Amino acid sequence: MSSKTVMNVMLAFYMAIFFGFLFGPLIVMGVSAFNTSTYPQVYPIEGLTLSWFEKLLNDRDMVYGLKNSLWIGMWVVVVSVPLGLAAAMMMSQIYSKARSFYYVIVVSPVLTPGVIIGISTVVFWRDLTTATNSKFLYDGVFMAVLGQSSFISAYCMLMFMSRLNRFDRAQEEAGLDLGASQTQVFFHILLPFLRPAIFSSAVLAFLSSFENYNTTTFAILADKTLTTVLAGRVRQGTTPAISALAVLIIAVTVVGAIIYEIVKRREDRERQARLDAAHAAELRELESIEKATHHA
Amino acid sequence: MLSSTGHPFIFLLPVLAIAIFWVMAKFEPKPVGVTKKSFFERNGTPVAIYLIVAVAFWSLFMIVLPQLFMVEMSFRPKLPPIEMGGPKDLYTFENYHYFIYGSTTSSDAINWVHIKAFFLTIFASLLVALFNFALCYPLAFYMAQVARPARVRFLLLLLIAPYWVNEILRAFAFRIIFSSGGLINKILLGMGWVDQPIDFIGNDIALYAGLGYAYMLMMIFSLYNAIETLDHAQIEAARDLGAPWWHIHAFIVIPFAKPGIASGCTLVFMLSAGSLAAPLVLGGPRSLWFTPILYDRFFQAFNWPQGAAYAFILLLACVSFVLLVLRLGRLSLGEIAK
Amino acid sequence: MTAAVEIDHLTVQFGLFTAVKDVSLQIRQGEFFSFLGPSGCGKTTILRAISGFQDPTQGVIRIGGQDMSGIGPNQRPTALIFQNLALFPLMTVSENIGYGLRVRGVPKADRDRKVDELLNLIALSDQGHKKIEELSGGQKQRVAIARALAVEPKVLLLDEPLSALDLKLRQHMRNELRAIQRRVGVTFIYITHDQGEALTMSDRIAVMNRGKIEQVGNGRDVYEHPQTSFVASFVGENNGFTGTITKISGDQAEIETSVGRLVGLNKKSLPVGTKATLFIRPEAMQFGAQGENNLSGTAADAAYEGMTTHLTMKAHDGSSIVATLTGAPAREFPSQGSSVSFAFATRDALILPA
Ligand SMILES: Nc1ncnc2c1ncn2[C@@H]1O[C@H](COP(=O)(O)OP(=O)(O)OP(=O)(O)O)[C@@H](O)[C@H]1O
Ligand SMILES: [Mg+2]
Repeated sequence: MSSKTVMNVMLAFYMAIFFGFLFGPLIVMGVSAFNTSTYPQVYPIEGLTLSWFEKLLNDRDMVYGLKNSLWIGMWVVVVSVPLGLAAAMMMSQIYSKARSFYYVIVVSPVLTPGVIIGISTVVFWRDLTTATNSKFLYDGVFMAVLGQSSFISAYCMLMFMSRLNRFDRAQEEAGLDLGASQTQVFFHILLPFLRPAIFSSAVLAFLSSFENYNTTTFAILADKTLTTVLAGRVRQGTTPAISALAVLIIAVTVVGAIIYEIVKRREDRERQARLDAAHAAELRELESIEKATHHA
Repeated sequence: MLSSTGHPFIFLLPVLAIAIFWVMAKFEPKPVGVTKKSFFERNGTPVAIYLIVAVAFWSLFMIVLPQLFMVEMSFRPKLPPIEMGGPKDLYTFENYHYFIYGSTTSSDAINWVHIKAFFLTIFASLLVALFNFALCYPLAFYMAQVARPARVRFLLLLLIAPYWVNEILRAFAFRIIFSSGGLINKILLGMGWVDQPIDFIGNDIALYAGLGYAYMLMMIFSLYNAIETLDHAQIEAARDLGAPWWHIHAFIVIPFAKPGIASGCTLVFMLSAGSLAAPLVLGGPRSLWFTPILYDRFFQAFNWPQGAAYAFILLLACVSFVLLVLRLGRLSLGEIAK
Repeated sequence: MTAAVEIDHLTVQFGLFTAVKDVSLQIRQGEFFSFLGPSGCGKTTILRAISGFQDPTQGVIRIGGQDMSGIGPNQRPTALIFQNLALFPLMTVSENIGYGLRVRGVPKADRDRKVDELLNLIALSDQGHKKIEELSGGQKQRVAIARALAVEPKVLLLDEPLSALDLKLRQHMRNELRAIQRRVGVTFIYITHDQGEALTMSDRIAVMNRGKIEQVGNGRDVYEHPQTSFVASFVGENNGFTGTITKISGDQAEIETSVGRLVGLNKKSLPVGTKATLFIRPEAMQFGAQGENNLSGTAADAAYEGMTTHLTMKAHDGSSIVATLTGAPAREFPSQGSSVSFAFATRDALILPA
C-alpha cells in the first residue's frame, strides 16, 4: 500500500470518528423522540409514536418559556445590533492607546464567563433600581435582555468591524462631494453597504439569545425562558419529550438553512447575470469603437 | 470602612476613565493623513450623538459598572435587607475567607471541597481545550489547505448544524448516551465486554466529553481562519525540500497559526470553565465543578455577596489565563479576539 | 475675469513629508486644465485640496474668487471623479446620477428630467434602470461623469479616470471626454501621469515633480519649450547629455559631455562652468548625415513601426541614443552591431540646468 493510500484511509477514519462524535449524540436523541419507551433510548425500538411531541406541546411551562425566549430574542436584536454598529464605527475612529483601551473594554464580555455577566447584571440593576426608586425596571425579561446584550453586542461589533474594513472611503467622499451631509451619507451609503452585516448580526444575536443559558439563568430572576425550563426538566429526569423538542429545533433549523441556501443561490445567479451583462456590454463597446475607427 | 460610601465612588471611576479616554483620543498623535476634523464634523451631529450614547451606555451600564458592582458586593457581608447600608454594612473579606476556610470567621479547617473544585475546574478546562485542539487540528488543516472550496463549504455547513441545537439539549444527548441504561452501556453489555454498566456520569467521563463537544466549533473556526491565511506554497516548498509531514506541522503550520491556536484554546478554556449547563446536566452527584457551586451560593444559600466573591475568583482565574496565553505566545489581545 | 480656480501658495504636509510644495497657479473659466506628473508627485493631493477633502497646511484656494478655507466638500461648487469612480453599487444608474440632486432636495419630477437629459448626453438613454455592476468599463466612466455634472459644478475634477480602461477604450474616451467638456463648457481639471492624454486633451498643462510645479503651458509649450530638465525628459522622448558648459557664443553654448563637445541653444543664459544637460528629440536626429553636432556608435536596437523606426545607438561611452528614422532609412535601417552616426542641428538642441 502506498503512503498516499495510507493517508487517505487515515483521513477517512478520522473523519468518520469526528463526524460520528459530532452527529452521533444528535441522532441518538432524534431517534429516541419517536420511540415509545419512556426512557429516551434508541435500542430496542419498542414502537413508533408521536406522543412525545404532543406531550411537549401541552407542556405549559415550555410553551410559556418559548414565548418568553422569542420575546427576549427580539429585544436582544433590537438592542445589540445598534450597539454593535456604534461600537464598531467608534473603533474605526480612534487610534493607538485609546484604541487598545477601548478594545479591552468592549471585547471583555466575549471573554467573560456567561454566569459572571448574568450575576453582575443582576447585582448592578438591583442596587441601581433600588437607589433610584425604579424597582419596576428590575424585571426578569429586562435583565435578561441587558445581560445577554452585553456580550451579544460584542459579537455584533466584531461582525460590523470586518464589514467596515471593506468599506471604500471613496464612497463616503463621493457622497459628500455630491453635496450630501454626513448624516445623509450614513443613511444613503453606509447603512445600505452594511445591510448584509446587519442581517447576519441580527440572526446571530437572535440565535445566541435564544440558546443562552449561563447568563439567562441568573438574569431572568423568577421568570422563565425555554432554556431555563428545559434545564429544570433535564435535571429532574430524562424524558423523550425533551428529545422531541430537540427534533423540532433541528427541523426548524434545517428548514431555515435550506431557505437561506435557496436565497443565496438566487442572489448568486442574479449577480452572475449582471456580470455577464457587463461583459457583453464591454464586448459591444469595443466592437463599436473598432467599427468607428475603420470607417474613419 | 462603611460600604455606603462605595457606590458614589464606583460611579466616579468610569467618569474618570472616560475623561482619560477622551484626553487620549483627542491628543494622541493620529496616523498620518487622517483628517483633523472633530468627531461631530466627521460623523454629523445626529450620528455622533448616537455613537456616543450607544457606546457609553453599553460600556458603562452593561459592562463596566455591573462588574464593579459585583466586585464591590463581594466585599460586603450578607445582611438582611433592612440592615443594608446600616452600621453593620462594613467592607470585609469574609466571603473570600469562606472560600478558603469554609467559614466566615474561623480559620481552623480548610474548605477543601471548594478549593479542589476550583482547581479541578481550571485543570479540566485546560485539558478540554488541549483535547479539542488535538481533535480539531487535523480537520481544520484539511479544510484550510487541502480540501476544495465546495467541499469546505459543505463541511462548514456540517460543522455548524449541530450548534443550532442549544447547549442543554446537546448535554442531554450525552446524558442519554452515557447513562447506565444508555446506548454505550447497552452495547458494552450486549457484547459481553462488561458485566456491570459503567458509571460514565459518576466518573465525569460524560461531563468531559460533553464539554469537549460543546465548544468544538470555536476551536475549529479559530484554527481554520488562522491556517487558511497560510500560503500553500510554503508547505509545498518545505515538502520539496524533503521535510517530513510532522516537521511541516511543527515548524511551519503551527507557528504560523499561533494566534488562532491561542484564540481557540482561550475561548474553549473560558467557555468550559464558565460552563454551567453541561455540569448541571452531566455532573454526577459527586462531581466537582466550580460553576454549580457558584450557582448554589445564589440559589440555595441565598448568599449573594458570597456568590459575587466566587464569581470574582472565577473571573480572576480567566483573566490570568488570558494574560498568561498572551504572554506565552507573545500576542496581543486583538489577535486573539477574532 | 476672475480665475475659475486660484491656487495660492498651497503647501500640504503629511507628518514630516511634504506632498505639495508652495504651488501657485490660476485656472481659467471653461478651460481643460491638466496636471501631469509621475506617480506620487502630489497630483491627487492638489485635487483633494481643491475639492475640500484635504486641508491645506498652508495657502489658500479660491473658486470663482471665493476663499474656500473652512468650507466642506459638500458645500463647494466642485465635483470630483474618483480614481476608482466610486459609483454607488447599490443604486441604479439613474439613482447614481440623480443622487446629488436628491440630497439637494430637488423635486422628483425635475430630478428625473435632468437625469434623462444627462443619460442622453452620455448615450445611455434606455439604461437608467440598470445596476452599476451590469455596465461596461466605458459606461461606468460615463455614468461617473454624468453624476458629477448633474449638480452643475463650476469645476469638474477628474483623477486619472481613464487609467482602469484598456488602451483602445482609453483613446476613445479621450475624445469623448473632450467633446463633453466642449459641450457643457465646465472647467475641467484633469489629472494624469500619461503625457499622451495630457497633450491631446488639454488647453493647458501643469507638469509636476515631487510636489512642485515645473512648468505651466499649453501642449506645444511644454513639448517644444521645456523650461526644466525634468519637463524635457518627462514630456515626450528625449536624449539628454549631461556635462559642463565650456563656451558661450550669443544664444548658443557649448557643453562638454562624455560623448564629446555638443552645441545647443542656451535660452536660460547659463554661465560657463554650469552643470547642464543638452536635450535633443529623437525626431530631430539626422541619420547618417554630418551636421553641426555629430555622434557615432554602433546600432543596438531597432523598433520598426511602419512609418517610422526607432533606432537605438550605443555611443562609445556606453550610453544609449535614440533617433526616429523616417522615409527610406526607416525601411532600410542598419543591422545590429554595424557602425552608425547621428547628427543634429544646434537650433534643435536645448541646454537646461541639470
Ligand atoms: N493620506 C496620506 N498620508 C500620508 N501620505 C500620503 C497621503 N496621501 C498621499 N500621501 C503621499 O503623498 C505623496 C503624493 O501623493 P498623491 O496621491 O498626491 O500622488 P499622485 O501624484 O496622485 O500619485 P498617483 O499617480 O500614484 O496617484 C505620495 O508620496 C503619497 O505617499
Ligand atoms: Mg493619484
